[in-house]
Amino acid sequence: MNEKTNKPIYLDYSATTPIDERVVTEMIKYMGPEGVFGNPASRSHAYGWTAEKAVEQARQQIADLVGADSREIIFTSGATESDNLAIKGSAHFNKKRGQHIITCKTEHKAVLDSCRQLEREGYEVTYLDPEENGLVDLEKLKAAMRDDTTLVSIMHVNNEIGVIQDIEAIGNACRERKIIFHVDAAQSAGKIPMNLENLPVDLMSFSAHKIYGPKGMGALYVQRKPRVRLEAQMHGGGHERGMRSGTLATHQIVGMGEAFRIAREEMATENERLITLRNRLWDGLKDMEEVYINGDIEQRVAGNLNISFNYVEGESLLMALKDLAISSGSACTSASLEPSYVLRALGRNDELAHSSIRFSMGRYTTNEDIDTTIAHVRAAVEKLRDLSPLWDMYKDGVDISSIEWAAH
Amino acid sequence: MAYGEKVLDHYENPRNVGKFDHNELDIGTGMVGAPACGDVMRLQIKVNDAGVIEDAVFKTYGCGSAIASSSLLTEWVKGKTLDEAKAIKNTQLAEELALPPVKIHCSVLAEDAINAAVEDYRKKHA
Amino acid sequence: MAIYLDHNATTPLHEKVLEAMLPYMGGTSGNPSSLHRFGRLQRHAIDQAREQIAELMDAQASQVVFTSGGTEANNLMLKGLCKDNAVQRIAVSEIEHSSLLQPAAVVADEGCAVDSIAVDQQGQVTPEALINAIKDDTSLVSVMAANNETGALQDIEKLAEEARARGIWFHTDAAQVAGKMELSFKQAGVHAMTLSAHKLYGPMGAGALIVDKQLPMHSILQGGSQEFGLRAGTENVPTIVGFGMAAELARQTMVQRADQARVLRDQLEKRLMQLGVVTVFAQQVQRLPNTLQFGVQGFDGETLLMELDRRGFAVSSGSACTSGKSEPSHVLKAMAVPDELATSAIRVSLGRSNSMAEIDLFVEAVQQIIGIQNSAVMTSANL
Repeated sequence: MNEKTNKPIYLDYSATTPIDERVVTEMIKYMGPEGVFGNPASRSHAYGWTAEKAVEQARQQIADLVGADSREIIFTSGATESDNLAIKGSAHFNKKRGQHIITCKTEHKAVLDSCRQLEREGYEVTYLDPEENGLVDLEKLKAAMRDDTTLVSIMHVNNEIGVIQDIEAIGNACRERKIIFHVDAAQSAGKIPMNLENLPVDLMSFSAHKIYGPKGMGALYVQRKPRVRLEAQMHGGGHERGMRSGTLATHQIVGMGEAFRIAREEMATENERLITLRNRLWDGLKDMEEVYINGDIEQRVAGNLNISFNYVEGESLLMALKDLAISSGSACTSASLEPSYVLRALGRNDELAHSSIRFSMGRYTTNEDIDTTIAHVRAAVEKLRDLSPLWDMYKDGVDISSIEWAAH
Repeated sequence: MAYGEKVLDHYENPRNVGKFDHNELDIGTGMVGAPACGDVMRLQIKVNDAGVIEDAVFKTYGCGSAIASSSLLTEWVKGKTLDEAKAIKNTQLAEELALPPVKIHCSVLAEDAINAAVEDYRKKHA
Repeated sequence: MAIYLDHNATTPLHEKVLEAMLPYMGGTSGNPSSLHRFGRLQRHAIDQAREQIAELMDAQASQVVFTSGGTEANNLMLKGLCKDNAVQRIAVSEIEHSSLLQPAAVVADEGCAVDSIAVDQQGQVTPEALINAIKDDTSLVSVMAANNETGALQDIEKLAEEARARGIWFHTDAAQVAGKMELSFKQAGVHAMTLSAHKLYGPMGAGALIVDKQLPMHSILQGGSQEFGLRAGTENVPTIVGFGMAAELARQTMVQRADQARVLRDQLEKRLMQLGVVTVFAQQVQRLPNTLQFGVQGFDGETLLMELDRRGFAVSSGSACTSGKSEPSHVLKAMAVPDELATSAIRVSLGRSNSMAEIDLFVEAVQQIIGIQNSAVMTSANL
């Protein structure tokens, strides 16, 4: 518990972030009878024009953070929709050119499930295995490219293990083969500086609620020069240059714009602080026996630390750590009992995959939060290891992998 | 996931955590589950000459419901004969702990564990 | 700011809705899919909103699927049912919103036959027209409950009965009716119904598809099992909470809101008719109590809109989603309104804040504009 607020300590910023107060203040200006409430598509009166102006300002703020032209930003209902639009939209548009797509096994479900849908429609998808550190091997990616490959989709920062892919190198390889490159940047925008003007990326997905903006809001960057074309997935009034129909939710968009503006201003100082917090957390845990960091420690986003506590089962650890708001892997899959598919793809064994905890720190995490967390985690792991027959066996020198376990 | 009160109680204060020497003649050991499935349960019983379970201990690697199921089971089997212990059904455990449907397999595992422990003891005395 | 008479395009957020949303915007956060306390609180809020919406529309909470808006709900309904060519033939009314007509065009491209259901000159789908449009292999029909432009209401219960009797699924886009008039999902006997939050004083960015679970519906967004597997993506909790509160308020005050709007609308209609040159569309049928669409013979709609804007009135010609186009609306075309009259169309859609004094001012403004233009026309004729 955080002693001041009497609430669990929130270390789940990769799942979602609280909305920054400054963002709320901006959003409220566009809510309620006193606010600017027009439909941005209304062309016949000032209510509509004012709303449209706010939308365009937000579009510019988003473009500014990532070095894009504002005309390259398409608003969506979130990163899930952006991923769907990028992958299905681009695959469908280029169907005649080819029906092969390359992605990686550790992508977000929105990407993987979009690819599975395409497979049902007759496309072929190559799911690359990442290296043990979570990174994609460029040579293996190049080897998977074929003449009928039209799209490569690789995320910038992994949501579970926080590793940063070399999107510049991957993008260049795609350019050489004239393959469209989509990047899910839900976990990297506002955390890693980038300039899309120079980056060889054609499509990039963004989320607002991962960087202190509102839920239900996202965007897709669609490069203009050379122009990347997509088949729309949401049809109606032809909003967003025909690529995404539906009334634009002004207050949501304004909130996303403000969140991106703040991120641009504060990213550098915030990253320094987050790295200090992450080091503090790891320093407090690393002398424990049998703890492992999942994912590359160098190529890693500042706020993420994913650790496996060997011989302790993840769900019971979460239960013991109920005063911490953390997760074992991604929130979108944590309601199921499966071990993290991301850790499995890294080649982690079952015990380690079952015993992982993701700590994700953010704007409001304090040193005290980290210190309390360290104390809680150490106590909980100790208690559960005392309860664990596997820990006993490890201590007795038994090789657990040598045992033939009965399946059940 | 919200846990029931009884699960929480057994999880917070697990009963009879421990380990007997599995080589001793009066000990029966049942180890079931697999790390791949996310739970491993070790249940041990100490049986007196009259064939009554005098003591029972467990250790469990698994979720809160698995820990609670095995903890509760050690309480139940004490003082029972081997046959009585074998007659305990997973549904009784699940009901007592108010396990949700997705956690029923934890009680099944506990039932497997006591059966395995009794079998192990009987094998030693066959 | 101008007097706002465009509530069918969007409504201002109700102050109590804003109040309900704020706690979920600041302070508490959490992903509803997360297992920790923060996540569980968000999940609970979503469930409560689902109940509130179910109650307004007399449906079961488990039938309410949240989406990012009415457009997505219509897309989900059509594409989700027609996915992988599961459906061979559908029929949709000619006057549907573009968020239904466009996805219909997409499924048509993919090989599904799409038939059109005609409306009469009053903008109504008669049972005969519906039956005429149905073929042996038709599996789905869609007729909106009220038209966004004319406000004309359809006899959904009767139409759904005809469809059901033939074993055909019936969808209705109720975005404009919800919260304005009583409509029961159960009573109407429909299989699916589209709602939009920002048309009933709720927030933009939320909608719902109420759907009979017997329909073989598939998700059109991949990447998570949220919303009963029908809509992937982290739930937009504050907006959903706002939608729920808006539904709750609508349920409590719907009758009063409708009565208030009807008095104003009837007065507006009476006064406009007295001007002589005004035609009210769908005048002979039941309409939404807040909506009045009219044309002025011999006038250009764009000019009318501009003049009204100059005088401080925010109105539109028809749908906001197709505004910016100068072609006559497809709704009026379907009603066989002559192009010349259709291009002069103005839609007034009233809301909670409007008063009789505003109606008087509006009528005066219209009168003035017509007068000026009439004399301008005469002057140029004289030259």
